[in-house]
Amino acid sequence: MTSALGKDLLALEPLSAAQITLILDTAEPFKEISERAIKKVPTLRGQTIVNLFFEASTRTRVSFEFAEKRLSADTVNVAASGSSVSKGETLVDTARNLEAMRIDMVVIRHGASGAAHFLAERIESSVINAGDGTHEHPTQGLLDLLTLRDHFGDLAGKRVCICGDVLHSRVARSNIWGLKKLGAEVAVCGPRSLLPTAIDEFGVAVFARIEEAIAWADALNVLRLQLERMTAGYIPSLREYNRVFGVTRERLERAPRDVLILHPGPMNRGVEIDSDVADGPQSVILDQVTNGVAVRMAVLYLLAGGRPELAEAAKGGGER
Amino acid sequence: MRPLLLAGGRVVDPSQSRDEIADVLLIDGRVAAIGANLSAPDETESISCDGQIVAPGFIDVHCHLREPGREHVETIATGARAAAAGGFTAVCAMPNTDPVTDNQAAVGFIVRQAMSARAARVYPIGAISLGQMGESLAEFGEMVGAGAVAVSDDGRPVASAHLMRTALEYARTFDIPVIDHCEEPTLAKGGAMHEGLVSARLGLKGIPAEAEEIMAIRDILLARLTGGHVHLAHMSTKGSVELIRWGKARGINVTAEVCPHHLSLTDEAVEGYATNAKMNPPLRTAADVAALRDAIRDGTIDLIATDHAPHHYDEKEREFADAPNGIVGLETALGVIVTNLVASGILDLPTLVERMSCAPARLFHLEGGSLREGGVADVTVFDPGSEWLVEPARFLSKGRNTPYAGTTLTGRPTCTVVGGRLVHRLAD
Repeated sequence: MTSALGKDLLALEPLSAAQITLILDTAEPFKEISERAIKKVPTLRGQTIVNLFFEASTRTRVSFEFAEKRLSADTVNVAASGSSVSKGETLVDTARNLEAMRIDMVVIRHGASGAAHFLAERIESSVINAGDGTHEHPTQGLLDLLTLRDHFGDLAGKRVCICGDVLHSRVARSNIWGLKKLGAEVAVCGPRSLLPTAIDEFGVAVFARIEEAIAWADALNVLRLQLERMTAGYIPSLREYNRVFGVTRERLERAPRDVLILHPGPMNRGVEIDSDVADGPQSVILDQVTNGVAVRMAVLYLLAGGRPELAEAAKGGGER
Repeated sequence: MRPLLLAGGRVVDPSQSRDEIADVLLIDGRVAAIGANLSAPDETESISCDGQIVAPGFIDVHCHLREPGREHVETIATGARAAAAGGFTAVCAMPNTDPVTDNQAAVGFIVRQAMSARAARVYPIGAISLGQMGESLAEFGEMVGAGAVAVSDDGRPVASAHLMRTALEYARTFDIPVIDHCEEPTLAKGGAMHEGLVSARLGLKGIPAEAEEIMAIRDILLARLTGGHVHLAHMSTKGSVELIRWGKARGINVTAEVCPHHLSLTDEAVEGYATNAKMNPPLRTAADVAALRDAIRDGTIDLIATDHAPHHYDEKEREFADAPNGIVGLETALGVIVTNLVASGILDLPTLVERMSCAPARLFHLEGGSLREGGVADVTVFDPGSEWLVEPARFLSKGRNTPYAGTTLTGRPTCTVVGGRLVHRLAD
């Protein structure tokens, strides 16, 4: 069974614009299921899915779990901690054990870049990357795209700036590739110590100052600043980060147009984003969370071999 | 031991400016004669070397043989046999063993293991610092007395400039090179590959070229200060080449080596999180490869060394960031060099022999590196046109970790002779 996406969803970089658009289009009818009183359709009945989380995650894990359950899949959650061999079973052994249990899909979150790729190469089941190290977080990228598309219609020519710790952000990479493929203009803004040295080769604009980014952008995707970046010496203090790079209401009010605000969560209020922005009228942060379930349902459905035109019909089979 | 006649090959020996079709007669472990249609004693074993290159034996000044400590990965015996299969008549074993080779007893152990292996010669390299901890000097004099030919803390950089200075000064008494693994530790910390576009795309922490270059220039300046001989291991960047050129132009006693993989592959080989393309220093960019090729041609970089670093197969079978650095190199070195540098006209065969045999012998004060009459009978015979498929399962090394698996290389050793004794012969 070959899906329109191939066996796995590991990253947005290798996908075509048509494949990304297909996922977003497929997500549209799935949005409605979550609005029903009985939020369940039998689409993936009999499919077994393992959610393999080597890193703590609440939002992404719960979102995947709801997506799976609303499609009637049988799911198991495995929370493993630690990625190195010193902490127990190796990833290759984990992979072989999963394979031996004849599961259909694995959703993996792992602290090492390439872990999802590693798993996908070694098992026949479909692998969905729920975030690997500082590489990609493709379903987060997709839900960001869906949220932007809900607001702007077409992303072609729209200006989106990704703000903050791009160097360590898997969300940033998935956003950059996804946005570029759909024709958006992409920029990044943050301290140079938190941008890859090769950022200029990504084909994105780079703003040194958040004020310039806000003046340019139609939307900002504000990344979480991990608190350990300060102790590791990338920035002097969270206080100064907020003063220089924080997305504040005062800065947004000086923009020539309303700038849409996205944040992948969890937020550090008062660091990268102020509360009155996060909770303000330009924020679509909770829409992102809602769209996350629909996008993940679409990905699960497509990887299971569902034909896109049947997604509309599939939801009709639900018990109302 | 019967006399050995290597008959009718193209004898390439830059140490004597020799490049001609000739016979080479080896008697009692020495080169007895070179010339056309030599007459040999009756009991002589004769090997036809038609169409082959007959060269002074290759010497690899940089390999990791893992014994003592990790004998399941490689031993001195398996490493010495792999070396012979790769056309090396001698190799130098780095001291990052367990325990560290930092005293005369440990050096003597390696010498004894090598003698009983009866394959390629193995010369120990002693540690610069006790336990390679970077704090206090190991006993260079006693280690040299036991057979060490150089000192190095390879695997780790010598972080302390003071320690490097005193090592260079102290080593002058014994006339041995001090080999440094150039890596500024705070810049390189946590890095898994070259820092550039590929690392940024893959989300892997990078090691900037400057991490190597900062230490390279530090070491060159310390060689100027002390008059000691610093040998820079596994150079990987264009900037390092420029710094070495700068040092040599000023008469500073700096020499350097480059590995076959840094002359043939770029960081793009890591694509797909390929752990067999993970090594330290990492694979760099096409511009670095081009600069290294220029440098090995013009002699800015003196010699080719393998940095042979075997690992157990399952050690590489893991997440990229957690996989160990290094690849095996003894059995692919000649093929990689001929395929990438000779076939493309960058190196001619006399220069290849200079960089793989004469220069290592000269700079490390080792016997060999020449086929002069009366000299040691260490000879490598190779077929520069032979194509072969790299199949790691057939390696004599215990290591299988190579990015060249499944590729076809041109150029292969056919006979390796150590002290007049045939230690490797390629099956027909």
